[in-house]
Amino acid sequence: MSDAILVLAEHLRGEISEITYAMLGAGRNLAKALNAPLYAVLLGSDLAPLAARLGAADKVFLVENPQLNLASAGTAAALLKELMAQQQVGLVLVGGTNVSMGIGSVLSVRTGLPFVNFCKKISWDGALTCTSQLFGGKILADVKLTDGRGVISIYPGSFPAEAGKSEAAPTTVKLELPVAASTVLFKRYIEPEAGDIDITKQNVLVAVGRGIQSQANVALAEELAQALGGAVCASRPVIDQGWLPLSRQVGKSGMTVKPRLYLALGISGAPEHWEGMQGSQLIIAVNTDPKAPIFDGAHYGVCGDALELVPALAEKIKAKKGAA
Amino acid sequence: MNLFVLLKMVPDTVEELNVAPDSPALDAEFLRFKLSDPGEQALEQALLLKEKHGGTVTVVALDAPEVDEVLFTALAKGATRAVKIGGDWNRLQSFAAGQILAAFLKAAGSALSADALVLLRSQAIDDLEGEIGPYLAEELGVPYAGVVTGVTVTGNSMSIIKEFAGGLRGEFTLPLPAVLGIQSAEKPPRYVPIAKVRAALKSAKIETVDVAPPARLARFALERMYKPEAGGRAQMLEGSPEAVADKLVEVLVQQGLI
Repeated sequence: MSDAILVLAEHLRGEISEITYAMLGAGRNLAKALNAPLYAVLLGSDLAPLAARLGAADKVFLVENPQLNLASAGTAAALLKELMAQQQVGLVLVGGTNVSMGIGSVLSVRTGLPFVNFCKKISWDGALTCTSQLFGGKILADVKLTDGRGVISIYPGSFPAEAGKSEAAPTTVKLELPVAASTVLFKRYIEPEAGDIDITKQNVLVAVGRGIQSQANVALAEELAQALGGAVCASRPVIDQGWLPLSRQVGKSGMTVKPRLYLALGISGAPEHWEGMQGSQLIIAVNTDPKAPIFDGAHYGVCGDALELVPALAEKIKAKKGAA
Repeated sequence: MNLFVLLKMVPDTVEELNVAPDSPALDAEFLRFKLSDPGEQALEQALLLKEKHGGTVTVVALDAPEVDEVLFTALAKGATRAVKIGGDWNRLQSFAAGQILAAFLKAAGSALSADALVLLRSQAIDDLEGEIGPYLAEELGVPYAGVVTGVTVTGNSMSIIKEFAGGLRGEFTLPLPAVLGIQSAEKPPRYVPIAKVRAALKSAKIETVDVAPPARLARFALERMYKPEAGGRAQMLEGSPEAVADKLVEVLVQQGLI
């Protein structure tokens, strides 16, 4: 039997994060291939109800300490290192999320194990191969961990969460481990800014990206959204430019939306954005780059300049509605 | 404050990326480089802090194509000093990059002063070994926070805003000196006219320093790089904007959306 595989179970505000199930699913497959046990570890407080959700693991370790809620990467990594030594763990899976980011890198420094980021596929053929996506999903890289030991950051949305969900009651083990004092201290949550419009409740979203080129052009998208009875949202570059408020951001850090229609204008479809809108019922993408990744997932695509198409489209929709 | 900004050049993904025929790397021939987006945000956050608290902003970059232009632009925007670390860093991954940058900062001495703050991107699109920030902080023995979108400094400590998901954010406190991975600055990156960059080209200077490269540039074996196979490709609609608009209206009617 090989060294154990450990999943750092991510949770936020009393809920297990979706990435945790994705990691457990990926870990389960790997555990079978390697003939290794699959463990999960929860750090924080009030962990028992959370542990009950992790039946896909052979064993769930609980380290109860309120200081471990949103603990710094250094504090979390110190505990994981200790646990790896105690429980003969060779491979650790962490979430490639904003919440967990940083923990894997620090753990890799402290253990001397390699760290692989952006992983979306793992295969085993006597050595472990991680396939990671780079450059906004435009390039894949295969990284080999010859002895199967390392720390892997799992990219959200890459592994099915369903595979890591189980009704089984897991074996739980409470561990008393020393918690290193941290100088990075969590103070409070800041709730999402209430915008004028809640984009998660819209049936139709017209999304604008870098390709929209200027703040003035956002008005074109607004007009189209109005014609469709929807609202305008945006990818990160547009929000960072200050062209639309934070409440309109779709993607990894922003909102997750599932409208009936998602019309993406000048959005390349970087994985960070895709994560937030992949559940949309109908995706139509307009982009000047014929190789934009958004065309791989969209239902309909238009290779062209959104700025030329949008006024014509808005007029025709208005005419159609007027005629109806 | 003693502010350092570490800038990273990345291939512009607007251009087509190709893999080199003989090695697991991008084909350099057609690459156009630009400053990584969060790197631009890190610079802006540093400039905002300098405006508020005074002090200096030192921008530091590893040598890469088109890096001089980025460093001169940073000077034109208000950075005090620009430093380029010479060498061939094509195959460099994050852990070794952290070691190199830490070596430079330690040699610079002032990097670990009580009012020192190192800002860099939270994560670049090619950080296959993860963010550099945590590695750098470990090497320097100072605290780190990433995915930061706001920084308020009070004396020798600061409060930062970190993004989680779904618009939810958190406030954390940590002492200086520290390393911060910036996701976005409190304001959009400032615009600098070309004339000012040209003026910086004439009047300012980029210092070049050498740092001995670490023994290993990567801690894993990068076997292969390749383009993903196209997934379920979208049904492409072609024609003039008018013709495409007509086809889209048809689709929307079919789907009961109008």
